[in-house]
Amino acid sequence: MKVLVTVAEVAEVEDKFEVSDDEIAEQYLTYDLNEWDDYAVEEAVQLSEEEEDVEVITATIGPERSEETIRMTLAKGADRAVRVWDEAIESADYLDINSKADLLAAVVEEENPDLVLSGVQSGDKANGATGVSLAQKIGFEWGAVVNKLELDVDGGVATVHRELEGGVEEVTDIETPAVLTIQSGINEPRYASLRGIRQAQRKPLDVQTLEDISLDADVVESPLAQTSMYKPESESDTTMWTGSPEDEAAQLADLLRNKGVVDA
Amino acid sequence: MSDVLIVTEHRRGELRDVSFEMISAGRELADETGGKLHAAVISGDVDTFADQVNRDGVDAIHTISDGEEFNHDIYTQALEQLANELDTSYVLIPHSVNGLDYAPAVAEALSLPLVTDAVAHSFDGTLEVTREQYGGKVETTIEVEADRAALTIRPAEWPQADGMGEADISTFDAAIDESAIRSTVTGFEEAAGGDVDISEADVLVSIGRGIEEEENLPLIEALVEATDATLSSSRPVVDNGWLPANRQVGQSGKVVTPDVYIAIGISGAVQHVAGMKGADTIIAINTDANAPIYDLADYGIEDDLFDVVPALIEEFGGSVPDM
Repeated sequence: MKVLVTVAEVAEVEDKFEVSDDEIAEQYLTYDLNEWDDYAVEEAVQLSEEEEDVEVITATIGPERSEETIRMTLAKGADRAVRVWDEAIESADYLDINSKADLLAAVVEEENPDLVLSGVQSGDKANGATGVSLAQKIGFEWGAVVNKLELDVDGGVATVHRELEGGVEEVTDIETPAVLTIQSGINEPRYASLRGIRQAQRKPLDVQTLEDISLDADVVESPLAQTSMYKPESESDTTMWTGSPEDEAAQLADLLRNKGVVDA
Repeated sequence: MSDVLIVTEHRRGELRDVSFEMISAGRELADETGGKLHAAVISGDVDTFADQVNRDGVDAIHTISDGEEFNHDIYTQALEQLANELDTSYVLIPHSVNGLDYAPAVAEALSLPLVTDAVAHSFDGTLEVTREQYGGKVETTIEVEADRAALTIRPAEWPQADGMGEADISTFDAAIDESAIRSTVTGFEEAAGGDVDISEADVLVSIGRGIEEEENLPLIEALVEATDATLSSSRPVVDNGWLPANRQVGQSGKVVTPDVYIAIGISGAVQHVAGMKGADTIIAINTDANAPIYDLADYGIEDDLFDVVPALIEEFGGSVPDM
């Protein structure tokens, strides 16, 4: 069985940052494996430990910088990785959901996996849509926001819990091959071991251009354009308590006492 | 004339509030495009739902009776056919867990560009959509350089439409290909219960990612004990397995309305805010003055929780645990 996990490297913004020319300057950004994808990788690696003959492949759309993050998924137990990138993607004005799903669909066609796992959303763009869009493109069944997965490999059914709002979970049987978008909390992602990190250096990481996956450059064209980025205007009218931690604590305590919600 | 189609949402026999918010979001857009507002009601007791959705602003309601509970294969097929039949320009779908399960498929089936999690939109010949990125730290404007698009609409951003409507209610016969339905809902389960009901508490001390490590929990527990409060948390704490699911406040956890909510090391992501914005008094302790939690906090302490919490424990006569 082949499990393909789509993983993204995401940017995290520091507490204090500036937006200039409709983007956040590089100095305020740090890059890491997308939190939801970390859970998806863990779910795939656990499957490979429970079932016979499971190959786990991670697929990433990302520049060379993202190879460190991709190596991390290999160190955690993925067998090999594919990174899609070239000049056309690099120079795209706005890589939209449709383009990303097209790129990943081309990788899926090459790899022909039985199961695709994808994080529910990315921490930076937070579209929450690539996985299901991909499923529709490749004709796989799918399930979004999965927080429990039991796979019946021979029966070709994934029994999943989908995490709905308000503490309710939907139990659904999904025919495979399928794309499942994985919710945080489904498992406890492991840390990479030193041995895993060493092994990861020797695992294959193939870089593929658009040409390699039989796509034309127009795949990254979009009818969408991001025309501005700004910090939202603060709606804050918070009364700030200041002073030493003891002063601040005393003011908070006074409020609770005045409200009569504490006896102490 | 660019018509707008909104999709309503129900679960276990009840329309969800977001359905009425969709009417407001859809009406706003239809007013700007000069088009009609259509609403789709799919699966379950569609006649009852249609009557309930018939509120001020809706021009036409289309019922599609296939299926009982939500199934994304039925929704995708039905909406593809309905949108084509009506020739609508804009399809608006809730940015809910179920919306995430079919909106991208509908957009793909109809070859529509998709913009998700819209918090505002405007139309002046061109559709512009406002959405957040980086956990709400920035907003962006997405310009749709196309005559048609699909949007998902963030819940609780638009008001719920009210007032009796005068919509034409009609049945739409969708040709559902049963062989393409390859997923089956077999039931529902409530997330972990437990002995504590945080929605009953008068004072909640709530912790988030800022707590950093499980080893720091005893510090917060000491504060909870000293103030006779109840302990709750935001999602990451539960995801890490540090607290059980019944302690989680937010969209996927519990909605709470205590007298006092003390948010410690919680940034205030929209999913969390959905669960606690109804608290009487909100107090935030967070080192990041720009954190969204300060948009709704009544009082704030912009200081390190590991300095403030011990001081608070002592203020209430408790003992600070050795860390």
